[in-house]
Amino acid sequence: MTQVTTLAQPTIQAGAPIIAAKHITKSFDLPHSNKLHVLQDISFTLGEGEIVALLGKSGSGKSTLLRILAGLIPPSSGEVIYQGKPLTGPNPDVAMVFQSFALLPWLTVIDNVEIGLEAQQVARIERTKRALAAIDLIGLDGFESAYPRELSGGMRQRVGLARALVVRPAALFMDEPFSALDVLTAENLRNEIIELWMEHKFPAKSILIVTHNIEEAVYLADRIIILGSNPGVFRAEFKNAMPHWRDRKSVEFTDMVDKVYQIMTNPEADVDELLARYNQAVASGQHSDDQIAAPRDSLTTAGDGRRDSTQALLVHTPQQAQGLRLPQAKVGGMAGLIELIDEQGGKADIFDLAKRLNFEVDDLLPITDALDLLDFAEVQQGDITLLDEGKAFANAGIQERKVLFRAQALARVPLIDSIYRSLQMKGNKKLSADFFLDILDQRFSSAEARRQLETATEWGRYAELFEYDAASDTLYIPQNGG
Amino acid sequence: MIKKPYPTPQSQGATNTLRPRFSFADIIVIAGVLALLYALARLGAGATAPFGPHNPPTVSLDPANLPYYAGRSLLRMFIALFLSVVFTLIYGFAAAKSRRLERILIPILDILQSIPVLAFLSVVITGFIALFPNSLLGLECASIFAIFTGQVWNMTFSFYSSLKTLPREIDEAAKVFRLSAWQRFWKVEVPASTIGLVWNGMMSFGGGWFFLAASEAISVLNQQYTLPGVGSYAAAAVAAQDGKSLGWAIMTMVILVVAVDQLFWRPVVAWSEKFKMEDTQSADVRHSWMLTIIRRSGLAEWVGMLIQRIGDHFPHRTRTSNQPSRTLVVNPKRERIIDILFYGVAGIGIAWVLYSGITYIGSTVGGDVGEVFGLGFLTLLRAIAIVIVASLIWVPIGVWIGFNPKISNFMQPIIQVLASFPANFIFPIVTIFFLNTGFPIDLGAILLMSLGTQWYILFNVISGAMAIPNDLREAARNFRVSGWQLWRQLIGPGIFGMWVTGGITAMGGAWNASIVAEVVSWGKDTLTAHGLGAYIAAATTNGDWPRIVLGVSVMSLYVVMINRLFWRRLYLLAETRFKIGN
Repeated sequence: MTQVTTLAQPTIQAGAPIIAAKHITKSFDLPHSNKLHVLQDISFTLGEGEIVALLGKSGSGKSTLLRILAGLIPPSSGEVIYQGKPLTGPNPDVAMVFQSFALLPWLTVIDNVEIGLEAQQVARIERTKRALAAIDLIGLDGFESAYPRELSGGMRQRVGLARALVVRPAALFMDEPFSALDVLTAENLRNEIIELWMEHKFPAKSILIVTHNIEEAVYLADRIIILGSNPGVFRAEFKNAMPHWRDRKSVEFTDMVDKVYQIMTNPEADVDELLARYNQAVASGQHSDDQIAAPRDSLTTAGDGRRDSTQALLVHTPQQAQGLRLPQAKVGGMAGLIELIDEQGGKADIFDLAKRLNFEVDDLLPITDALDLLDFAEVQQGDITLLDEGKAFANAGIQERKVLFRAQALARVPLIDSIYRSLQMKGNKKLSADFFLDILDQRFSSAEARRQLETATEWGRYAELFEYDAASDTLYIPQNGG
Repeated sequence: MIKKPYPTPQSQGATNTLRPRFSFADIIVIAGVLALLYALARLGAGATAPFGPHNPPTVSLDPANLPYYAGRSLLRMFIALFLSVVFTLIYGFAAAKSRRLERILIPILDILQSIPVLAFLSVVITGFIALFPNSLLGLECASIFAIFTGQVWNMTFSFYSSLKTLPREIDEAAKVFRLSAWQRFWKVEVPASTIGLVWNGMMSFGGGWFFLAASEAISVLNQQYTLPGVGSYAAAAVAAQDGKSLGWAIMTMVILVVAVDQLFWRPVVAWSEKFKMEDTQSADVRHSWMLTIIRRSGLAEWVGMLIQRIGDHFPHRTRTSNQPSRTLVVNPKRERIIDILFYGVAGIGIAWVLYSGITYIGSTVGGDVGEVFGLGFLTLLRAIAIVIVASLIWVPIGVWIGFNPKISNFMQPIIQVLASFPANFIFPIVTIFFLNTGFPIDLGAILLMSLGTQWYILFNVISGAMAIPNDLREAARNFRVSGWQLWRQLIGPGIFGMWVTGGITAMGGAWNASIVAEVVSWGKDTLTAHGLGAYIAAATTNGDWPRIVLGVSVMSLYVVMINRLFWRRLYLLAETRFKIGN
C-alpha cells in the first residue's frame, strides 16, 4: 500500500507539475569564510491535485525550502522552475498561509482578504464579490467588518486561509499553519480543509504544508517528504494512498506514523536499512521495538576523550560541528524527564510520553537528545532508556545531582569541557563571552552561536563549573570556592 | 450574489436606526471644517504680503490682533508638520530600502539630529530671503524651516526603524500576494509605522513651539526681521518693556498649546491605536472627546469613502502579466561596480566638505578654535548641571506621581503641555528678576536653559515608574524593602531606561536653549553669559560667517561626543541590564 522512495530513487510524480525544484542548495555565509548549510541538493516537484507535507525537526530547513519555492528567497545553487523558466521573484502561482497568520491588524477581515485581489488590480465590485465568496466558504460569515484583533486564533487563521484562497492559487503553501492554535481548533480546521478538498470545492490545485507534527502529515498528505537536519537533506518520501477520511486509530495509520517516526528519531540512520529492518520485525510478528538498532551517530558522541581546551572547539569543520550542536534543553526539563522515566521503570516510548505530556514530539526531542548526549539515557527506536547515571540522578539529592551532572557534562560535552579548561588556564579565571562566541561563530550562525553558549552556560552553571556575569558578559570560575 | 455589501454610507445610515440621519455631531464637525477653511484663507493671504526696507513688517501690541497672530503662528506649525511628514516618508523610505543610501543617510540623520537648529537659523534666513526678495514669503519659509528642522529628525528615525522592524511574516505576506510598491507602502508600511510617527510627531510638535517663538523675530546680519505671529508679539512686548502685553502673549500661548493638544493630537493619538501590531486588545484605550464627535458624525467615513471612490477611477497600471518580478535576480559583478562608484563618489564628497570646512575656518578664525572649545565646555557644564539638578528634584517627584495612578492620569497631560510650552516666553520674566537682583547671568543661564528642558526628565521618569510591574512593588512591600534599598534595587533599575531617554532629550534641548538663553534682554538691558550659545548668537547677529560655522561645528561636535561616549553607553546598559520583561 505504501510506496517508499529514498535518496537513491527518483521522486514520485503526481499530476501536471506546478513547481519544480532542481538540486536546491541553501547556505548562509558565516564569518571566517565558513558557510552554514541549510539545505543540500533538494529536488522536488509539486504536481496538481496533491497534498504534500514537508516534515522535519526544527533546523531541517523545511521553512527555508518552502520560501525558496515561493520565490521569497533565492537558493544558493540549483533552481526553481516556474512555467518552464527559472523563478525570478515571488511565485505568482503560490499563496501562503503563515504560522503567525500575518494579517494586517489595521484592516478589517474583508480588506485583509481582498489584499491579494487588489494587488492584481481586480475591480472593486468583482473583488468584493470574490472576497465574500471566500469568506463564506471558509466559515467567516458575519465577521467581514471585524478587525483581526477581535478574533480568536482559529478565526484569524481562517482569515489567513481565505486571503490565500481568494486568489485561486495553483499551490497553497502552509507554513506550520496550525501550530499556533490549540488542539481542538487545529483539528477542526484540518477537517474543514479536507472536506473542501474532497468535495472539490478547494480553490487551490495543490497544497504544500510544512509541519513538524507527524500525525498531521499522515492525516492530511498524499505524499510525505522527510527532511534530515543539518543540513536539510532529502531523507525519505512516503506515498500515502489511504483514502480520506483517515482513521487515526487504524492499523494502517499508526503503522505509517510509526515508520515516519522511526526515521525522524534516528536522524543518522540509513533509511533503507531502517525500513527493511522495520518490515522484517513487523513480518516476524514481533513488536517493532528493540529490533532495529540504528547505528549510533559517531559525531553526537564525539566528546569522548578530553582534548586540549580550545583545540576541541576548533578541530571540527562546520559540517562536523553541526553534529556537536548542543540541544537546546534546560536542566530543569532534563531532570523532570529523568524522574518521569524513572517512575515508569526506567524506559519509555518518546511518542507516548509526548502524548501524555501534551507535548509535540518536536518539543520533547531536544530534551531526549540532551539526555542521550550526557549519557543519562539512551535513545533508540523511539524509546528512551535510563542508563546507570540517569538512574543514579533520579534518586539523588540536590547536591549529588550536581556532582553527577558535572561529571557527565565534562566527559560528554566538549564545549563545556573547553570552557572550563580555558577558564582554569587564565590567571584571573575570567574570559569574555566574546572569546567563546568568536570560536563558535566559525561553526554556527551568530544567533546559533549565542544559543549554544547560552545552553552551555546554563548547564555549566548548574554543574557549578563556571559562572556568568551578564553585566560584563564574561564567564568566570568563582574564587574561594564561591 | 453579494450577500453582505461592503458598508457604504447609505447602508450604514439605513441599518443604524438608533442614530438620526443628521446629528448634532454632524453640525459641529461641518461648522468646524468651514471655520477652518475660512481661517486658512485669511491667514494664507498674509503670508505673501510684500515688504522691503521701507515697510518692514511690524507687530502691533494691541491684544485684539493676537488671535490673528496666533493663527499665523499655528499655520506655520502645521505647514512644518506637514513638510516633516512628507520628508520623513521619502527619506525614511529611501534609507530603509536602499542598502547603499542607508549607509549614507542614517549617519547624516544622526549628525543632523545633534546639530542645534537655532545655530544655523541665520544661514537659513539669509538663504530664503535671497530666494523670495521683497516678500514675507522668504521669512515665512525660514521660520517654517526652523520648526521643520526642530521636529523632523526623530520622526524620520522612527519611520525608518519601523520599516526595518516590520514583522518578517507580514513582509513575506506582502511579497507572496505581490503587492505593488505603492500598495505595500500605503497598506503595510505606513500603517505599521503610524503609532511611532504620531508619538514622535506629537513630541516634536511640542518642541516646535520653542523654535517658532525663536524664529519669528530674529536679527540676522544686523537687521531685525519680524513675522506677524505670537512669538514676535512677545518679542515686541519685551523690546517695549511692556509687561502687560507679555502677559497676553503668554496667555495666548497657553491657549494654543492646550487647544492643539485637545483638538488635534489627542484625537490623532486615539485614532492611531488601531495601528497597533499586537494582536490583543489593550485594556487601557486612549480616549478623545474630539475623536468621538468626529466618529459620531460619520463625516470621516464619508470622506474616506470618497477618497476610495476617486482612487477607483484613477487609471490603474493593470498587471495582466503573470510573470514574477525579478527581485531574486542579482548580478554580483554589476553590484560591485555600482558599490565602488557610489561609495567612491560619496566618500570624495564628504572628504571635500570636511576639507573645505576646515580650511575655511583655518584661514579666517583659526585662532578662535581654542577659545570656542573652552566656551563649549562652559555650556556643557551648564547642560550637565541641568541634568543633575533636574534629576535630583524631579526623579523623586516623578516616581511618586508614577506610583499613584490617580495622580499620574491627571498630571501627565498637564506635564506634557508644560513641556511643550515654549520656555522663551518666560525668559523675559526671569530676566527682569536677574536685572533687579543682580543675579550673575553665568549661573542664571542654567536656570533659563532648564526652563524648557527639565520637563523631559520628569515626564519620562513618570512613565518609567508607571511601567514598574505592580507585582514587583508588592513583592518589595512584602519583604519590607524600603528606603535606600528600595531605590537601589527596584525603583532605580526600573526607571533607569526612561531616565536615560529623558536625560538625552533634556541635554539636547539645553544645547539648543543656550543660544537664546545665554544672551537675554529686557528692553535695552542685555545680559550676556560666557558660553558657546552666546558666541553663536553674537556671530549670528553680526553676520560673521566664519564664526557661525566654527560655533555650530564645535557645538555639534560636543553633542555628538557626549551622546556617543556617555548616553549611548547608558542606553545600552539600560537595554541589557535593566530591562523589565523580555
